Amino acid sequence: MALDKNGIAKRIAQELQDGYYVNLGIGIPTLVANYIPDGMDVTLQSENGLLGIGPFPTKDKVDPDLINAGKQTVTYVDGSAFFDSAESFAMIRGGHVDLTVLGAFEVTENGDIASWKVPGKLIKGMGGAMDLVAAAKNIIVAMRQTDRDGNSKLLKECTLPLTGVNCVKKIVTDLGFYEVKDGAFVLLERAPGVSIEDIKNATEGNLVIEGDIPEMKL
Amino acid sequence: MQKVFKNAKEAISDIKSGMSIMLGGFGLCGIPENSIDALVEADITKLTCISNNAGIDNVGLGKLLRKHQIYKMISSYVGENKEFERQLLSGELVVDLIPQGTLAERIRAGGAGIPAFFVPAGYGTEVQGDKEVREFNGKMHILEKGLRADFALVKAWKGDTKGNLIYRHTANNFNNMMAAAGIITIAEVEELVPAGELDPNCIHTPAIYVQRIFQGTDYKKQIEFETTSD
Repeated sequence: MALDKNGIAKRIAQELQDGYYVNLGIGIPTLVANYIPDGMDVTLQSENGLLGIGPFPTKDKVDPDLINAGKQTVTYVDGSAFFDSAESFAMIRGGHVDLTVLGAFEVTENGDIASWKVPGKLIKGMGGAMDLVAAAKNIIVAMRQTDRDGNSKLLKECTLPLTGVNCVKKIVTDLGFYEVKDGAFVLLERAPGVSIEDIKNATEGNLVIEGDIPEMKL
Repeated sequence: MQKVFKNAKEAISDIKSGMSIMLGGFGLCGIPENSIDALVEADITKLTCISNNAGIDNVGLGKLLRKHQIYKMISSYVGENKEFERQLLSGELVVDLIPQGTLAERIRAGGAGIPAFFVPAGYGTEVQGDKEVREFNGKMHILEKGLRADFALVKAWKGDTKGNLIYRHTANNFNNMMAAAGIITIAEVEELVPAGELDPNCIHTPAIYVQRIFQGTDYKKQIEFETTSD
């Protein structure tokens, strides 16, 4: 069965390592914070100027001066730091953030990503997405593999305006876990109960399947 | 030199139509509420506003939008604002969307006297446009320019009569860099204290960047998305 958004977040959380500094985008990526393994030291960066995001506050602890990049109220953990936006993107651009997780509309076999604009519809702006994808050492995209009409979002070329080129390294979808390598989506794992045939049918770009592909262990 | 002004109305009295203004804040967090209200009262138009966001309907910069005081917005994210969308789609408003880190660094560079610099963000996208492209360390970069403005309107938690500023939590965001990038910087603070009362070890924005400062009043600090665990 295809993963729901929590399943996708759970699988991505398995990629975390002790000591990691991580930037989580809005949507499914935010859910990754719920599945950080116990005892693992992972620090969450918020590009509006916080290193050390904590859980959402209880009603009585809501503070308008303390928000995340999605403009939601948050808390901060012990050992946190606050800073301005230039400092924040120096961390990102300078390669100090170990992992970036973000959503996408489309990803290509070359690691191009489209995630910010749908022409003809509303234009909201790219926020920090272009900076993050251009600079992060390690980017995992969290997304559904097909759109509502069943069209693949793992493509040869993006149809939508790009956020960045040759930058996506790994993708976790509702159907599988992929590495983007040498112009192909290399299938590493299948979602539980999802067949190779299902995955082939939902992938438009170059798909590489080598040997037996294990199921995800969630 | 007397930097302390009585209120926002006095501090912004020489901002004129057609000028460029930087406004601190991320969403509605850390926005210069008093100065924005004074601009709305002042009936100035054709402003170029440089701000990460454009407020929401009738809050923050949304107030200036409603009165058609803004000619051009330079921002990274402008969602959650219906009047903004309407003016953008009808062609009443010119909008320049810039990646957030590039916007922050353009402002920092402007204040630091750096005319231009290379960044990887936007390479291969529509942001690249006709900008100069160069490869460094095997990676492609585009040339971006430092940014200044006639006025910077910033908001801090505490300030002293010399103009030193301290921000609180994530309400710093763009305020710190904008203070240096304004040709004239006007700071509004929640608590204005005599020089000597703030610990010099804890100053975020040194007074040299601040030309005017006033004690703000009636902060609403509206929350865009109140999200709680209970």
